[in-house]
Amino acid sequence: MNVYGIKAIYLFEMARTWRTLMQSIASPVLSTSLYFIVFGSAIGSHMANIDGVSYGAFIVPGLIMLSLLTESISNASFGIYMPKFTGTIYEILSAPISAIETVIGYVGAAATKSVIIGTIILITARLFVDFSIQHPVWMIAFLVLTSVTFSLFGFIIGVWADSFQKLQVVPLMIVTPLAFLGGSFYSINMLPPFWQKVALFNPVVYLVSGFRWSFYGVADVDVGVSLAMTLVFMLACLAAIWWIFRTGYRIKA
Amino acid sequence: MKPLDHTQIPDASGASDPIISVSGLSKTYASGFQALRNVDLEIRRGEIFALLGPNGAGKTTLISIICGIVNPSTGTVTADGHDIIRDFRPARTKIGLVPQELTTDAFESVWATVSFSRGLFGKPANPAHIEKILKDLSLWEKKDSKIMALSGGMKRRVMIAKALSHEPKILFLDEPTAGVDVELRRDMWTMVRGLRESGVTIILTTHYIEEAEEMADRIGVINKGEIILVEDKHVLMQKLGKKQLTLHLQTPLAALPATLESENLQLSADGADLIYTFDAQSEETGIATLLRRLNEHGIDFKDLRTSESSLEDIFVSLVRGRP
Repeated sequence: MNVYGIKAIYLFEMARTWRTLMQSIASPVLSTSLYFIVFGSAIGSHMANIDGVSYGAFIVPGLIMLSLLTESISNASFGIYMPKFTGTIYEILSAPISAIETVIGYVGAAATKSVIIGTIILITARLFVDFSIQHPVWMIAFLVLTSVTFSLFGFIIGVWADSFQKLQVVPLMIVTPLAFLGGSFYSINMLPPFWQKVALFNPVVYLVSGFRWSFYGVADVDVGVSLAMTLVFMLACLAAIWWIFRTGYRIKA
Repeated sequence: MKPLDHTQIPDASGASDPIISVSGLSKTYASGFQALRNVDLEIRRGEIFALLGPNGAGKTTLISIICGIVNPSTGTVTADGHDIIRDFRPARTKIGLVPQELTTDAFESVWATVSFSRGLFGKPANPAHIEKILKDLSLWEKKDSKIMALSGGMKRRVMIAKALSHEPKILFLDEPTAGVDVELRRDMWTMVRGLRESGVTIILTTHYIEEAEEMADRIGVINKGEIILVEDKHVLMQKLGKKQLTLHLQTPLAALPATLESENLQLSADGADLIYTFDAQSEETGIATLLRRLNEHGIDFKDLRTSESSLEDIFVSLVRGRP
C-alpha cells in the first residue's frame, strides 16, 4: 500500500481547493444563500408546511444535496481531467501506485471538499431558517456517502471527457435537471400519480428523500430503499472505475 | 547528487546482471500502427545508454512501456529483476522518468511539485534531499515560484528534479536537450555524469548525435520499431569509423594521374585537395605508399589533415542502409 502516494495526491488536490477558495467554497455558498433568500424566505413564507415542516426548512436537505452532487462531480472530474489535459498524468501512470490508491487520493479529496461545502451550507442555512436534525448520525452518513458516490461518478466523467465541453455537459445537462426534478424543492407526493412513478426512476429522489428523513423523520421513499439505492449507484461507479483501469480506457494506450 | 545505496555491486561488464531486460517486446497501437517489433534489449547496471533513432522510430514508446505509461502488446520487461507489470511497485520505485514534452503543473510552486513527486513514488518526505536536488539543478532560488512563471529551460529542470525526487536507480531522459540552450545542455551533461558516478543507470534518447557521442557508454540504434544495433560506443566508432586524409595541394590538378586512380582516392571538385579514405583499424593504412607515389609523380602538398567519421555519419549510413 503506497500511503505516501495517496497522501501526495490527496494533499495536492486539497491544495487546489484552498488555492481556489473563492470559486471552490464561496461560490456554492453564495448561490445556496440566494436560494434560501428567494425560496426559503420570500416565497417560502407564503407556502404551506409540507409533512409538518415549514417550506424554508423543507428545502434545506434538498439544497445541500444539490450542491453536494454538482460540487462532487465537478471537483472530481476536474481533478483527473486536468492531468490528462496537461499531460502530467504520465507521472501518476509511472508511479508505483495502484488504481485503487489513485482513486482514493482523487475521490477522497473531492469528497472531502463536498463534505466541507455541505457543512458550510448547513451552517449558512441556519442563519435563514430554523430546522432540526433528528438523526445526526444518519445525516452525516448520507452526506459522506453521497459525496463519495458522486465524486466517483465525477472521476468517471473526468476520465471519459476529452474536451472541456464534455466535462461540463454531463453535470449541466443531466445532473442539474435530475437534481431539480428529484424533489429538492418539493415532495414527490405533490406530483400527479403518473409522475410520481416516473420520479422513482430518478436516483436523486432517493438521495434527497433519505437525507431529508435524517433531518425531519419524513421521507418520500423508505429510508432503507434510499440507502440501498445510493449503495447500488456507488457500486456501479466502482465497477466502471475498475473497468477503466483494467482496460486503460482513455488513460493508457 | 546524493549517492544511492546499492544492494548489488556492478560487475566489470554488467552484462551478466542487466538492470533492465527487455525481451520480445512489441507494441501495436489501437490505430494499427506498429511502434515496436520484437525488441530485445539489455541495459547494464551503471551505464549511460543512448538510444538513437529518427523521429517515430519507437524510442518514446519503448521508454513509455518500461515506465508503465503504455501497455505492451507482447513481451516482457524487468527492471532491477522485477517484472514491470506483475511486480510494478518495486520496479517503478527504482525508475525516474523525464519525458520529452514539457508537461508540468502550472499553479503549484516548484517545491510543492517536486515534493509531490517524491510522495507519489512512495517515499516519506525528505526536505534535505529535495533541497539538494533543487540546489544541484540551480532551482533553489525558484523554489517558491509558480511553475507557470518559469522559462522553458527552468521547467525542464523542474521535470528533472521531479524525476530525481524519489532517488531512482534508473533514470530515463527522453530527448533531454531538445530545445534547450547550450548552457543548460552542458549543465545537464555534467549532472548526468554526476548521477552515473553515484551509481544511477541512465538511458537517454536523443537525435543529437553529438550528445550520444559525448555521453554514452553504449549506443543502441532503433529504426522503424526495431533495434538494429547495440554496441559499445568506442567499438561502434572503430568498427564503422573511416578515417580520411586530406592533402591540400601546392598546385591544383586538372585530373588524377591514371596510375594513381583508385576507389580510395578522390580529387576535390576544384582540384585543390586530394582525399584519401582508409580504415584506421587495419595494419596497413596505405598512407606511406600514397605519399611515396605522390612524390614519384611530383605532386606536392602544402598541408594535410586527417578526420574521423562522426557517429552522425555512422548513424545516417545505418538508418539509410535499411529498407
